[in-house]
Amino acid sequence: MSAGESDLEGPTRRAVVAVGVGAAGLVTAGQGSAQPMATVSSPPPTMPVRLNVNGQSHDLTLDSRTTLLDALREHLRLTGSKKGCDHGQCGACTVLVNGRRINSCLTLAAMHPGDEIVTIEGLGDPEHLHPMQTAFLEHDGFQCGYCTPGQICSAVGVLAEAKAGWPSVVTADLTQSPRLDEHEVSERMSGNICRCAAYPNIRAAILQAAGESAA
Amino acid sequence: MKAFTYERATSAKDAAAKAAAHKGAKFVAGGTNLLDLMKLEVETPTHLIDVNHLGLDKIEDTPDGGLRIGTQVRNSDLAADPRVRQRYGVLSRALLSGASGQLRNKATTGGNLLQRTRCYYFYDTTKPCNKREPGSGCSAIDGYNRILAVVGTSSKCIATHPSDMAVAMRALDATIETVSSDGETRAIPIADFHRLPGATPQIDTNLRPGEVIASVVLPPPPPGVQIYRKVRDRASYAFALVSVAAVVDHEDGRIRSARLAFGGLAPKPWRVPDAETALAGAPATAASYRAAADLVLQGARGYGSNDFKIPLTRRTLASVLAQAVEG
Repeated sequence: MSAGESDLEGPTRRAVVAVGVGAAGLVTAGQGSAQPMATVSSPPPTMPVRLNVNGQSHDLTLDSRTTLLDALREHLRLTGSKKGCDHGQCGACTVLVNGRRINSCLTLAAMHPGDEIVTIEGLGDPEHLHPMQTAFLEHDGFQCGYCTPGQICSAVGVLAEAKAGWPSVVTADLTQSPRLDEHEVSERMSGNICRCAAYPNIRAAILQAAGESAA
Repeated sequence: MKAFTYERATSAKDAAAKAAAHKGAKFVAGGTNLLDLMKLEVETPTHLIDVNHLGLDKIEDTPDGGLRIGTQVRNSDLAADPRVRQRYGVLSRALLSGASGQLRNKATTGGNLLQRTRCYYFYDTTKPCNKREPGSGCSAIDGYNRILAVVGTSSKCIATHPSDMAVAMRALDATIETVSSDGETRAIPIADFHRLPGATPQIDTNLRPGEVIASVVLPPPPPGVQIYRKVRDRASYAFALVSVAAVVDHEDGRIRSARLAFGGLAPKPWRVPDAETALAGAPATAASYRAAADLVLQGARGYGSNDFKIPLTRRTLASVLAQAVEG
């Protein structure tokens, strides 16, 4: 892939390549290699980053400040993951990294070489919907839809966490495996905000996908 | 965000050495607090040292029946660990009451201890803040201070430490193990880890420059019922206004021993030994709980919008103690 060629950011191509090579040496050689220093006048440090997204490997050259969310949206053009608050408060940017849900806005792309990243685009497509996508459709688990990719990725993470037996703060007995109900789903999904307040339908969709009764 | 260079450390000692070699370096673990602050340019490191690959991601039994928690262990993994759920329920509950599922999947044990205050003025770079910019003044003392501290404050700063995890660890008498660039190791009792603001609110902890947290050690669990009660503005995903981590042993209507640590009240997890001494052997009555609250809140003062925290602490403590005794 050559998505890195379409970087939106500013430094000249030559500067990017030069600094990028230095940074690559640092990462592979580790301790004892020359250490690039940032100064006010120098172009922003960049580095080569290999990301595995939805089963595809991408070699990018990124400003070291690039968050995983910006790498996905601006460099790989995977705009399903949304930038809501960009501070980890809204959950619209939620993706799965090695099967775990995280806020992609609060992690650097450079911190994820070798990780298996799955975005909403990788969960399913219109012909092959993920069961969680089907459940959201059947229950109208959205209105405007902006938070939905994050809600769905988060919900997939919730089911994996429950399957692994993880408790939540509303689990009565910490030593038992929890059973998902409305209360548990609300607590576990509290990191995903829906300004349209489609919460009842989101809960119903997740419970359907979990194979549980919402009654 | 200001530009920075980035590298990975391969061990705690390597991380400390890399920090010693870079003025202006910061460690990044989960990044959930640091990157947030960097976007706002509250934090402006020129170099980031990634400490996610130090080989310190395990939870191990210690010979005396405690646990050693590697600094990289994620909050979600620590909360879900069967040993923690079984023996340190107060810690599991504290972790699970903090942040969101996504954040807990990234946030680490070491990083949680080192997170910065959520004081509005610390975050607002257009306002004076002695913690962010020493000597600039405190906007919170005469400002909007609903979430801020009522004990342990100074004329320079009334910030609270935001962690739930650290409050439970304080009640459990955890020890923080560190490594410096020369390989020297230290074991710091959690009571001595975080600092009160005094005249230097910009310094949150007693870590030396470049010193790396390697692990947190829990002694064997103390006897008694373990409770973490968090009072907040929303039912989930909000910082504590007041929280109580309690380990209470009781028999026949008397408190045998009580360990009580408080969040949301102070610049560090707050624990008052005199209050616990007063409760030891005392009858499990409202009068005993009031007397303990008096000692916890000795010297407390509100700053206007946070005055409510003082009575809220009394009521929350009484409720927690009653729950511990009555079930």
